[in-house]
Amino acid sequence: MKSVRIGAGLGFYGDSWRAVRASIERGGVRYIASDHLSELTLAILQKDRQKDGSAGYARDGLPMLVDLWPLAAKHGVKFILNAGGLNPSGAREAIARAFRDKGWKARIATVTGDAVLPRFDELVAAGESLAHMDSGAALASVRSRMLFANAYLGAQPIVRALEQGADIVLTGRVADAALSLAPIVHELGWQWDDWDKLALGLTVGHLLECSGQGSGGNFGSAEEWAAIPDYAHLGYPIAEVSAAGSALFTKAPDTGGRVCFDTLRQQLLYEVHNPHAYASPDVVLDMGTLKLEDQGNDRVKVTGASGAARPARLKVVGGYHDGWMGTGMIGFSWPQAYAKCEKAAETLKTLVAERGWPVEDMNVEYVGYDSLLGANADPTHRDQLNECFLRMTIRTQDRKVADAYGRLFPWLGLSGPPYVGSMKGVQGAKELLGIWPTLVKRELIEAKVDVALEYV
Amino acid sequence: MRVPLWKIAHARSGDKADRADIGLFAWDAPTYEVLKREVTPERVKRHFKAMCEGPVELWPLDNLWALKIVLNRALQGGAARSLRMDNLGKAVAAQLLRMEIEAPADLPRLNT
Repeated sequence: MKSVRIGAGLGFYGDSWRAVRASIERGGVRYIASDHLSELTLAILQKDRQKDGSAGYARDGLPMLVDLWPLAAKHGVKFILNAGGLNPSGAREAIARAFRDKGWKARIATVTGDAVLPRFDELVAAGESLAHMDSGAALASVRSRMLFANAYLGAQPIVRALEQGADIVLTGRVADAALSLAPIVHELGWQWDDWDKLALGLTVGHLLECSGQGSGGNFGSAEEWAAIPDYAHLGYPIAEVSAAGSALFTKAPDTGGRVCFDTLRQQLLYEVHNPHAYASPDVVLDMGTLKLEDQGNDRVKVTGASGAARPARLKVVGGYHDGWMGTGMIGFSWPQAYAKCEKAAETLKTLVAERGWPVEDMNVEYVGYDSLLGANADPTHRDQLNECFLRMTIRTQDRKVADAYGRLFPWLGLSGPPYVGSMKGVQGAKELLGIWPTLVKRELIEAKVDVALEYV
Repeated sequence: MRVPLWKIAHARSGDKADRADIGLFAWDAPTYEVLKREVTPERVKRHFKAMCEGPVELWPLDNLWALKIVLNRALQGGAARSLRMDNLGKAVAAQLLRMEIEAPADLPRLNT
């Protein structure tokens, strides 16, 4: 029975590729599927591109490839990565230049056509409302503030690139799982209407797309996280997918982490919303029939995926400017650390009110007490904390106010309650972004999708 | 008896636009039956009343001994406009594990 082994690459922009080296060296993988784009990473890349027209791609793709390519070429491993961001062609040029400098040869493909903000007028003229898919709000409310809008493309254009012989496929926005589904379909010759098999491929992609989270990282538990072996060398998950439609999950030998029923099912349900209708551009997965068989020794077999036909409309996610955040933080030691934070908060509120600043919202958190657990923090030891930090943030439409707000805090060091720490400078205004998910007929998107191949 | 979920289950959470998205997992089959009975959308909504402004959705998955729980309108509009330290909702699962439910004293994890 034919099979293909896919290894997880990065799980976010800035993730480490140390574990990817282990998967290539001794994990037997043929492909690395690397996800550099979280829901709003494109907002960061848009700012890069505004400063420099040749930028706008994830900057970690290039050093990762430069570091790993000699090893990958030796083992015949190909890369599929969405590090193209808003500028896949720019990413390809940068990588091609680096490869030429080193005398390396590679066929590098780009997939483009996901960026739809410049096409909004055309899409509206074609009958698309581009209304918010959850709230139903009209596009007009945010149109002028929209910074980017990209469709989630599927696996088909990546497969076209692989058919043309690409060694490295650079995409912009694609469904994260498509980075894995594409090489699976390409290698195993699955049909685009074999929904159950595609659903298994989607399951694989979903389990690989968050790197270490599929192999014991961020294992959410009261105590069992401490039994995960060797975080320092945690291996990323690897899936061996068989043509018949099953997948065996594991990781490279002699790496840390753990692949078992518990770590894998945590990742399976991660950020999926309705598990009976997990939608991708290529197929809709029902997780309710999946079977996870823990074989021990970091091996879990996954079977039983159920798929339904791909959706008629593709998801587009836009990001729009939504004001500025001002941030300040100050810490106090025992005694009465919490009470002193409260007094500082009250003092700062007075200063903000006296200035008449246009503040839309204010968030008060006590780091070391409730900044992660919110209203579910346990107040038992609140008044005996060894130390506590006040973190107070505001949302305003005025960038100058957000900047000035942070500068209120240092004054408290000499004129506020005693025993301060953490006076490490002032944080400036940070731009806030609203997220705008909407749906567009797939034909309108796919008509503009292009695959280009360059020999380096 | 009253039992906090952290003693009998594990959980991970993340974000999807303005939703906090949680997976809650029983360590064993008997506990899963208890979770399915006791962890209702209404109960979860009460536990998160300070942060969740929309409805709570919940899907039980018998094949995974798991509940998928989604808190709508819970992230101040989404991670990139949230003012919170935990803008991505990663610790929301820990908040859920603090919830107490009624459970029989003979559950496996309560007797190890």
